[in-house]
Amino acid sequence: MFTSRQQRSVLPGFGLSLGFTIAYLGLIVLIPLSAAFVRTLGMSWSDFVAAVWSPRVIAAYKLSFGASFSAAIVNAFFGLIVAWVLVRYSFPGKRVVDALVDLPFALPTAVAGIALTAIYSKNGWVGQYLEPYGIKAAFTEVGVFIALTFVGLPFVVRTLQPVLEELEPELEEASASLGANRWQTISRVILPELAPPLITGFALAFARALGEYGSVVFIAGNMPMRTEIVPLLIITKLEQYDYRGATAIAVVMLVASFVLLLVINLLQNWSRRYYKV
Amino acid sequence: MSAPVGSTLIHHPAHSKGAPRATHDPKWVRWGLTAVALLFLASFLLLPLAAVFTEALRRGIGTYFAAVVDPDALAAIKLTVLTAAIAVPANVVFGVAAAWAISKFAFRGKSLLITLIDLPFAVSPVISGLIYVLVFGAHGWVGPWFAEHDIEIIFAVPGIVLATTFVTFPFVARELIPLMQAQGNDEEYAAIILGASGWQTFWRVTLPNIKWGLFYGVILCNARAMGEFGAVSVVSGHIRGETNTMPLHVEILYNEYNFVAAFAVASLLALLAIVTLILKAIVEWNHTRARG
Repeated sequence: MFTSRQQRSVLPGFGLSLGFTIAYLGLIVLIPLSAAFVRTLGMSWSDFVAAVWSPRVIAAYKLSFGASFSAAIVNAFFGLIVAWVLVRYSFPGKRVVDALVDLPFALPTAVAGIALTAIYSKNGWVGQYLEPYGIKAAFTEVGVFIALTFVGLPFVVRTLQPVLEELEPELEEASASLGANRWQTISRVILPELAPPLITGFALAFARALGEYGSVVFIAGNMPMRTEIVPLLIITKLEQYDYRGATAIAVVMLVASFVLLLVINLLQNWSRRYYKV
Repeated sequence: MSAPVGSTLIHHPAHSKGAPRATHDPKWVRWGLTAVALLFLASFLLLPLAAVFTEALRRGIGTYFAAVVDPDALAAIKLTVLTAAIAVPANVVFGVAAAWAISKFAFRGKSLLITLIDLPFAVSPVISGLIYVLVFGAHGWVGPWFAEHDIEIIFAVPGIVLATTFVTFPFVARELIPLMQAQGNDEEYAAIILGASGWQTFWRVTLPNIKWGLFYGVILCNARAMGEFGAVSVVSGHIRGETNTMPLHVEILYNEYNFVAAFAVASLLALLAIVTLILKAIVEWNHTRARG
């Protein structure tokens, strides 16, 4: 499968580098990942369904997919504004703000988790102002949503920024000189150009949120049927030595992630083609 | 999927230098949108960061330092550094080898290989730990063999290192592959034709060209390696002083309601994150300046 087409390349090291790459990829990634699928093959269909489709697991899917989706929507909306402001406007401290956007990539999730819990619990900086209105954030679904918004924040900003930077001003000038007002230019000329990277960023934030564990467990309260996300359910099953149950749910989540990865790749190809034209 | 997707060096051209455009937004829109953006970032990014340090210093600087130099905390710091010291170099060697094969040669299945390298980003941290339990655990594929030979993998340090290596697997490779593809092979061809050996070409020609991209990949890889929680949580035995990394130690302290100590250890990880962001910004800045 991996044979060199360029048989007489001047550069050495093809066999060594590719051999090492494939061996390491196989040992660290492919063989362990295949273990999850192979283990599930040993289960009967009814056992598998019982493991992945019980009321408690369904409640966890609903929470994980629902909270990840709403967090990604919020990130798409604010990410568009943040990217626009960072690329188009100038203000003091812009470079620092731009660097800060990557914080969720750099800050360990457990640290983010306990910090968000401290802020949104009922005596916290923000929680104390929500409490009088009867809004409980920490230890509810709202807390899950807040943590997932945090972890997905950089994706939309970082996929939009390079596209916005390369957007040709001629497009807007043409639109303006043809009589469009600013709003028409934005909604009919700029936003359609930004749609592919915006959807890509949304999908990346969604996929990241689906698997997230560390930042959520502290703030979620982790009550079965109510605030239990799927990754936590996998850990719970492992702690009860229910390896089959844990693996079956893991396989469902892996398939969901791989489908998302495929969609993201297609989206990225789409936006690449879109901009070359 | 935790890759800073749009922020690779390749895709990060210079910021537009704010030259007045014929088509700019009215002042109130500019102010309004800037305010919304800054408020959103402040409440979701600045606030948690500030909370970590405030909570850590709640009982004064003395309590803070006592928590940091606690023997269990020091053991956790050591294990975290050790784990990163193995996982990061391993992924650097892999990243360089993968980028060399992919950028210098044409072969079938290349795009499949690139997709497979990205795979760990699509896997939940918890599942990343689980799959190692399935291979090396007591009932796993090779677990019983290791148990017979008295080698502990799961609930021990090797498991932590393996799970960390998995979650940080793509960082260096995905930084170097587009960079080396964009640079092309001309300089390497010249070196070889002038009589350099393969290794000489790599050390004296390729490496100087990719050093910033490599450094960039290393700092991101290291931040994730030291901060990983979910995967490590599954494979660690949570034994104090033995199999606790810093993030796991934070969790234990927090669950014991020892909040000041939990936030004190967390503040060290937050400092690491800040240093990472500063280094990252410096690399990006150098890079754009060199190109501009």
